Amino acid sequence: MPQERIGVYVCHCGSNIAGTVDVEELTAWAGEALRHRGVVVARDYKFMCSSLGQDLIAKDIKEDALTRVVVAACSPHLHEATFRKACADAGMNPYLCELVSIREQVSWVHTDKAAATAKAKAVISGGVERVIHHAPLEPMSVPINPATLVVGGGIAGIQAAMEIADSGFHVYLVEREPSIGGHMAQFDKTFPTLDCAACILTPKMVSIGSHPHITLLTYSEVEQVDGYVGNFNVTVRKKASYVNSDLCTGCSVCEEKCPKSVIDPVFEAGLGYRKAIYRSFPQAVPKFPVIDADNCIYFDTGKCKACEIHCEAGAIDFEQEDQILELNVGNIILATGYDLFDARRETQYGYGRLANVFTSLEFERLTNAAGPTNGNIVLRDGETTPKSVGIIHCVGSRDRKFNNYCSVICCMQSLKFAHLVKERTGAEVFNFYIDMRTAYKEYDEFYQRVLSEGVHFIRGRVAEVTDVSNTPEEEDKLVIQIEDTRIGRQRRIPVDMVILSAALEPRHDSDEVAHQFGISCSVNGWFIEKHPKLDPVATMTEGIYIAGCAQGPKDIPSTVTQGAAAAARVLGRIQQKEMALEPIRAEVTEALCSGCRICNNLCPYTAIVFDEAKEVSVINAALCQGCGTCVAACPSNAISGTQFSNEQVMAQLHGLLMLNIMEPVVS
Amino acid sequence: MNENGKPKFGMYWASSCGGCEISVLNIGEHILTVDEVFDVVFWPVATDFKYEDVRGYPDGYIDLCLFNGAIRNSENEEMAHLLRQKSKVLVAFGSCAYEGCIPALANFTSREAIFQTVYLDSPSVDNPGRVIPQPVTAVPEGQLHIPEFYNTVKSLDQVVDVDYTIPGCPPEPHQIWAVLQVVVAALTQGAELPPKGSIIGAKETAVCDECLHPKSEKKIFRFYRPYEKVPEPGVCLLEQGIVCMGPATRGGCGALCPQVGMGCRGCYGPLGGVADQGARMLSAVASVIGVGEPEMDERMLEREFETVMDTLVDPAGTFYRFSMAHSLLKRAKIKD
Ligand SMILES: Cc1cc2nc3c(=O)[nH]c(=O)nc-3n(C[C@H](O)[C@H](O)[C@H](O)COP(=O)(O)OP(=O)(O)OC[C@H]3O[C@@H](n4cnc5c(N)ncnc54)[C@H](O)[C@@H]3O)c2cc1C
Ligand code: SF4
Ligand code: SF4
Ligand code: SF4
Ligand code: SF4
Repeated sequence: MPQERIGVYVCHCGSNIAGTVDVEELTAWAGEALRHRGVVVARDYKFMCSSLGQDLIAKDIKEDALTRVVVAACSPHLHEATFRKACADAGMNPYLCELVSIREQVSWVHTDKAAATAKAKAVISGGVERVIHHAPLEPMSVPINPATLVVGGGIAGIQAAMEIADSGFHVYLVEREPSIGGHMAQFDKTFPTLDCAACILTPKMVSIGSHPHITLLTYSEVEQVDGYVGNFNVTVRKKASYVNSDLCTGCSVCEEKCPKSVIDPVFEAGLGYRKAIYRSFPQAVPKFPVIDADNCIYFDTGKCKACEIHCEAGAIDFEQEDQILELNVGNIILATGYDLFDARRETQYGYGRLANVFTSLEFERLTNAAGPTNGNIVLRDGETTPKSVGIIHCVGSRDRKFNNYCSVICCMQSLKFAHLVKERTGAEVFNFYIDMRTAYKEYDEFYQRVLSEGVHFIRGRVAEVTDVSNTPEEEDKLVIQIEDTRIGRQRRIPVDMVILSAALEPRHDSDEVAHQFGISCSVNGWFIEKHPKLDPVATMTEGIYIAGCAQGPKDIPSTVTQGAAAAARVLGRIQQKEMALEPIRAEVTEALCSGCRICNNLCPYTAIVFDEAKEVSVINAALCQGCGTCVAACPSNAISGTQFSNEQVMAQLHGLLMLNIMEPVVS
Repeated sequence: MNENGKPKFGMYWASSCGGCEISVLNIGEHILTVDEVFDVVFWPVATDFKYEDVRGYPDGYIDLCLFNGAIRNSENEEMAHLLRQKSKVLVAFGSCAYEGCIPALANFTSREAIFQTVYLDSPSVDNPGRVIPQPVTAVPEGQLHIPEFYNTVKSLDQVVDVDYTIPGCPPEPHQIWAVLQVVVAALTQGAELPPKGSIIGAKETAVCDECLHPKSEKKIFRFYRPYEKVPEPGVCLLEQGIVCMGPATRGGCGALCPQVGMGCRGCYGPLGGVADQGARMLSAVASVIGVGEPEMDERMLEREFETVMDTLVDPAGTFYRFSMAHSLLKRAKIKD
């Protein structure tokens, strides 16, 4: 005699399921063929997830005294929570409800109705066998520390930090460079409105620097992250800057006096110089310089100290050491941004070999009034104004050799460049594009504007940039070789200057950072969001959020939106004060653990620690996300996964193979 | 038949090597106690009883029957049924009876392939008539019958109901003696026997738990066969790339093999609740292959992974050395 009273609910999902699966037959079959396994009621309904559908289940739970529920509908990703809640509202423990997918795994992937219906039967049979072994579970609750860590002080991190701090909660903002600002601080104008980047960015930076609820940790990096949502312990290394920020007034005399100039590969994109003691740029926040010990003459030879001699405040401190800080936070936002594609890799475009081929970031510095040329658009010689400029789109993007994806911003950024070149030099401008992607508010209008300014648009992928001339007009020029796909001909366009609109790429260390914070990267290397459409700033790890280009290429408006969105999610969590954790966790049975330590470095969430005294492994339940990796790996069968026990999995297989059906019901 | 009131003892070997019998004798002077307590009514290796004698016993006549060896042919199966019928307590004794053991490695191939190798292809065979054993052969005097050789080797519990299992290849003498003491106590003083179906003469925890080698986090970069490496003493063998089934194997042996530098072969079988010892260990070992950098290309990773796995010679034979018949795999598919 079956011990459980099971209800089976089959969803039509409109025609999504009912179009390919005979739902009526399926329901009738479930009621008949699985009766001996405890199925007492089987129903189908147009939309099980609707409130009417949910009411059906609730009514049966109450009136038919159901002890288990199986819903055959879409993927658990979508509606597991819905049906669990419906069961809970009707007084059943929500974990006694099992959602099996007959949409993603059946109707959407099959066309033969009879075969699909037969497979749906197996899927339901598996669900019924499995649910028999479910146990009621209670969620765990953890308190939420109201402080937040934001990693990365680009516009995404700035926005997120500001929103949270303005709500009265503390934020630690950790930035790797000596100043916050990120890439946006390097630009002169921003598309499509062409407002000056510094004018809109620096006020925000200043507010961050002086905010009572923000601890700004620049020239710092996260070393280690322990703990779990609500209660992370973060170790931060604040690199020695050799400048005592309590004394430094930010006068910048030291920078003037420092005899050592080096190329600045970060802020000036390699186009300009900075000193060994430097601030990234004059409006840097914080205003204190740092000494780059690798390039400082004193650190090299023991002599110089020009900065110290001239510093009236006596702020230079060559004895300073790295500081290790321990922070406790409840939530973390990763806003680490992007790296620019190294245009040298696209060898045929000649960057690094042909002097007057520039990258997009170099060009940003070139047009910037505070940049190395005071905003004059000139060739590498520093003086000649180009008479013709070629701008190549999609360098390193939409290219199977490098990145398959579209970098989103390059078309608009290339149009911005075309406009600026026209406006400032009157040069003839050619944009080489594959497709023009200007989809966003006021973007296409900007394209129209640049079109009307007389910029030439040539469609095709540039084959080569060369300084080898075939004709007298090509002499001393850079020649762009392209198949113009609109006229179906090869063309050679001689120009003075070439700008490569290089792809946005994941930070070179994004995998390590992801691992450190227990999240994952996509094949391309961008941080993976919890759901690409419905949960774009959360991750699969509770308490870790992502914002801005770290999640994927995007423009400033979208970056800011995500920064704000991540902040809103964090604020929501903080307001809850404590949060319930899914009780689906793995657990080590101490008596069975042989202490073999196979599982020790497998957990993607670093939830497993080894208890040296007892010689057994222990899982931190709050950290464990129930992924099952260790469960599968433990050779001693000492780890069991709640809701994914061997028993449950084997029972489901048994059901799937229809071994539970004594006399197969032939349809 | 000698009716002296003593409990009756039987032991039988089906498809086995004989090691289990030796192991029983290895309990030393305690064998005298066995003789004192029990009346031996069937034990081909030690006493001269015939199958006919057993057939003549009433049902349930034998109080304790230790059955070792796997079910490889029809004779083994027939004896399993007969001894089940004649025994009160039937024990699957040793790895062959419990889970197929070495004989069941033949489940990776087929009867035809085995005959082909053994009777025809093997370089030392001289068989001009290409004679292959047949269950029935016509001779002038009539028909000759020999047992039928099965395609699939089975464990004892796959053909008859089994009361207890004593694992091991062979079971360790101290464990055999411990079990015998429990049985003797039950038979002579009415003490309670363990619940039916129990695995006795072993532990609930792994060999690894008994092993004295200190254990660290594991990362395997290359596997070594026993002859390829002299193990570093005092270091977990698995960490040295020597396959050791210790963490996936039921303890009770005292971790004899790893203590002397030989990776645990896995003869005590899987731990409680494990359906497939081989899959368990394979999954564990694969989890700690030490290749791969975070930013590594998938295909590259796969290649590096395979390079390491290639050094693991005969994974099927290694991980399923004892448990093939009882595993989820059971046998290789035979083409019809
Ligand atoms: C040439 C060019 C022109 C562009 N022009 C425009 C435009 O006109 N309009 C527009 O809307 N968009 C434009 N964009 C896009 C714009 O740059 C991005 O949308 C925006 O900068 C993304 O901001 P972010 O904060 O996500 O990343 P970033 O600006 O990259 O900031 C990330 C910050 O995190 C820090 N960081 C990184 N890793 C760590 C770590 N591990 N620990 C601590 N700190 C770390 C970095 O130092 C940096 O300060 C342009 C892009 C390019 C390449
Ligand atoms: S000591 Fe170093 S930082 Fe200071 S002035 Fe000399 S070179 Fe520059
Ligand atoms: S199931 Fe195991 S590996 Fe997965 S998160 Fe939990 S402890 Fe870590
Ligand atoms: S893998 Fe299993 S037996 Fe080994 S240490 Fe981890 S929990 Fe213990
Ligand atoms: S040698 Fe084998 S039994 Fe010993 S600790 Fe290592 S894995 Fe475990």
